[in-house]
Amino acid sequence: MNLDGLLDELASRFPAARLLQKPAQLAPYESDALTAFRSRPAAVLLAATQDDVIQAVRLCHHHSVPFVARGSGTSLSGGSLPVENGLVIALNKLDRIVRLDPAQRIAVVEPGVINLDVSRAAAPYGLYYAPDPSSQLICTIGGNVAFNSGGAHCLKYGMTANHVLGVKAVLPDGEVVQLGGESLENVGPDLTGFFVGSEGLFGVALEITLRLLPKPQLYRTVLAAYDSLEAAGDAVAMVVASGLLPGAMEIMDALAIEAAEAAVHAGYPRDAAALLIVELEGERIQVEAEFAHLLQVIEGSNPKTVTVAKDDADRARIWKGRKSAFSAVGRLSPDYLVQDGVVPRSRLGEALATIERLSRKHDLRVANVFHAGDGNLHPLILFNGRVAGELERAEELAGEIIQMCIDLGGSITGEHGVGMEKRQHMNTMFTATDLEVMAELRRALDPAEISNRGKMFPAGEAPALRSHGPHPLERQGVISRE
Amino acid sequence: MATITAIAPQTNADVQEAVCANPQLVVRGGGTKSALLAADTDAATLDMRQLTGMIEYAPGEFVFTARAGTTLQEVAATLAEHGQYLPFDPPLVEQGATLGGTIAAGLSGSGRHRYGGLRDFLIGVRFVDGQGRLVRGGGKVVKNAAGFDLPKLMVGSIGRLGVIVEASFKVFPQPPAFATLRAPQPSLDAALTTMARLNGSTFDIEALDLLIEEGGSVLYIRQGGLATTLGARQESLRAWLGGGEALPEADEAAFWAGSRSIGWVPAGWALVKTPVTLTAIPVLEQVLAAGGAQRRYIGGGALAWIAWPGDLTQLDAYLTQLQLSGLVLRGAATWPFVGTRSGASLAARVKRVLDPDNRFPIL
Ligand SMILES: Cc1cc2nc3c(=O)[nH]c(=O)nc-3n(C[C@H](O)[C@H](O)[C@H](O)COP(=O)(O)OP(=O)(O)OC[C@H]3O[C@@H](n4cnc5c(N)ncnc54)[C@H](O)[C@@H]3O)c2cc1C
Repeated sequence: MNLDGLLDELASRFPAARLLQKPAQLAPYESDALTAFRSRPAAVLLAATQDDVIQAVRLCHHHSVPFVARGSGTSLSGGSLPVENGLVIALNKLDRIVRLDPAQRIAVVEPGVINLDVSRAAAPYGLYYAPDPSSQLICTIGGNVAFNSGGAHCLKYGMTANHVLGVKAVLPDGEVVQLGGESLENVGPDLTGFFVGSEGLFGVALEITLRLLPKPQLYRTVLAAYDSLEAAGDAVAMVVASGLLPGAMEIMDALAIEAAEAAVHAGYPRDAAALLIVELEGERIQVEAEFAHLLQVIEGSNPKTVTVAKDDADRARIWKGRKSAFSAVGRLSPDYLVQDGVVPRSRLGEALATIERLSRKHDLRVANVFHAGDGNLHPLILFNGRVAGELERAEELAGEIIQMCIDLGGSITGEHGVGMEKRQHMNTMFTATDLEVMAELRRALDPAEISNRGKMFPAGEAPALRSHGPHPLERQGVISRE
Repeated sequence: MATITAIAPQTNADVQEAVCANPQLVVRGGGTKSALLAADTDAATLDMRQLTGMIEYAPGEFVFTARAGTTLQEVAATLAEHGQYLPFDPPLVEQGATLGGTIAAGLSGSGRHRYGGLRDFLIGVRFVDGQGRLVRGGGKVVKNAAGFDLPKLMVGSIGRLGVIVEASFKVFPQPPAFATLRAPQPSLDAALTTMARLNGSTFDIEALDLLIEEGGSVLYIRQGGLATTLGARQESLRAWLGGGEALPEADEAAFWAGSRSIGWVPAGWALVKTPVTLTAIPVLEQVLAAGGAQRRYIGGGALAWIAWPGDLTQLDAYLTQLQLSGLVLRGAATWPFVGTRSGASLAARVKRVLDPDNRFPIL
């Protein structure tokens, strides 16, 4: 590794204003939204063009210096944590929507484009970009591609991978490849799909072709309150089994309801142990008919109360409570850990009961706000880092929840990725052979392992977690999390 | 050298053993895509039709796991018992296509229009690579972001990266009723304009195919849902289109079954899958018409099935010129790809990892 050689060459090509090296300039890049991890890069390159990125990657390859691509740094798993003394390639300035073709329903964008800006640009044509992470006001398409990010409305039409048709990327050794294209179909191995979710280990996406969808004609939203979390979980299984295909199905528990009410007055029933939000979308008359069926199913799930959104304002209020719940819960506690795991949907009730039991066992409060329709749990473990032993208990609890997900036949992550945080759990989810093959594939693209080194694969010592807290942007109220 | 004709593994371990024991192997499923079975004469055939059966299917979960040699017919029948289906509408079901072969060929049918293709529903795989290693990627839950997406690598790998032995899919509830509108168009341009308008509209369309019939361009538009609302929905679609006639109920299912079986390809002609866009269709139409090809554009204009009468080198040249790609499913071809190919160098890197000794044909 020849860091000085790299920095010299970078300095000869890029102005100092775009090649940050002073400690004060580097500080904002030292961590992502998993603030417990911190490490200082040697430099941050504010790339302005695709060619800047290609040059930087080639130089890193030549000098064997590790690099990390960075969008908005909202990763919750430490995915965009810099490699100590490596280069950070910041992509926010690559924010051009290169082309938007309403007839073909595609948008070709650079990686620094903000998720919500794609939908904004598509709105005049009655189209939108479906994946809607709660961080969509700030997170980038490049980050979404790297993590195969999801959101509340990914139940029917899928996550990021289902909406990416093509990727132009620079591989870690400097080769520029075009994967996929503009068609929804493909021949040969689905390399576009293989690139999505590679967590920054396969190089840097330079241009991404996205599929856009027409906005549904009608949404119908219902809010049901339950006496127990388990009952709400069972209701989800009933809706899934009923043959209805909701666009979104979300659960919040008592702690989350209380916090959301305090924060945005969503009008949620305060005495409920759990709330279930179910939303249908599609052609008006079909949705109306299905909604009647949905209400029957919900009635049969023994709810305390059922509230139907009467109009758009009602619907917006329901979603506002849901979308703000995460940060609102965060405010109840000095520190918290966000977990992300998946269980089979038919076993949600059981999983939620186990989480309640684990919460009592460790004497820590756990709030649940999550994508119930696809079994994607987001338990939020509240603790106080200043009380001796609480962080350790919180971590132990988080680990037990993940183990439960695996035991139930689920996954260690549904959408936040493995990153830095879940590396050690990869061993429980995959066999040594599975991981060996993945590592070989990685080295086939990146022999020196310079692209996002240290992430995803189980490794030796993980840096110790210190404490958790909101992302700086959350503290400012700019974003909120699921 | 001893020529082994066919090995029919019954377990994953049998597959591993066969891979290790044979320097050259061609994987065979139902044999419905004959061009993908072309191989050197020395190659042993790994016949997957004994590695069958559902491994796990909890209807309430809308997910199943089955062995790769299971026929689509069996899968479809099992799902149908619970009112469920494969939304990507794989072709060649009646002809005996297997689950593994369908994944390896990367094939979806007309119904892909509504919710996406095979790639969007495959959530996990187990495969034996060219080194005999049994590898798993993905999982059995509908959402999963752990590890590289190996299932996607298997989609379209045409048996040249590994032997798929098991696959998990998410499935959807099947719409209880269907109705189809047949809408002849005054010209190809008009047809494409209508397709673009439809694709951007709020109508929920199950399938949208463009056929080139004697009289010109004809759209077939399939809607699905509750029987009680279907009539009214079709009526409002017809009004919006300004025309079209409903296919009689008796013909409706048969029309789409015919589409699924790709039975319209004349005997002896090659069958090629070509990914397209609405923009690419007009130019492609010219060369296909000139070459005497028969063709259908399915999936809302995402995919062309091309039946090609003559020498494939001609089609290869046309597609290359138009910057389109194709996969030869049937016909005399020593190499299954025609036209351009994207990402070939990355595919080659992957191949070196999974099959360094080229036990499977080159990719
Ligand atoms: C408040 C909050 C709410 C959230 N809600 C959700 C949610 O609902 N659903 C969800 O899925 N996630 C959610 N997240 C997590 C996060 O927003 C997503 O993972 C997002 O995709 C990250 O985007 P980013 O631009 O911030 O990427 P970064 O954090 O900058 O980077 C993420 C990863 O992508 C890599 N990367 C970035 N750009 C590229 C590129 N061009 N090419 C290759 N690799 C690249 C990085 O190296 C890193 O590994 C939330 C986070 C926060 C803080």
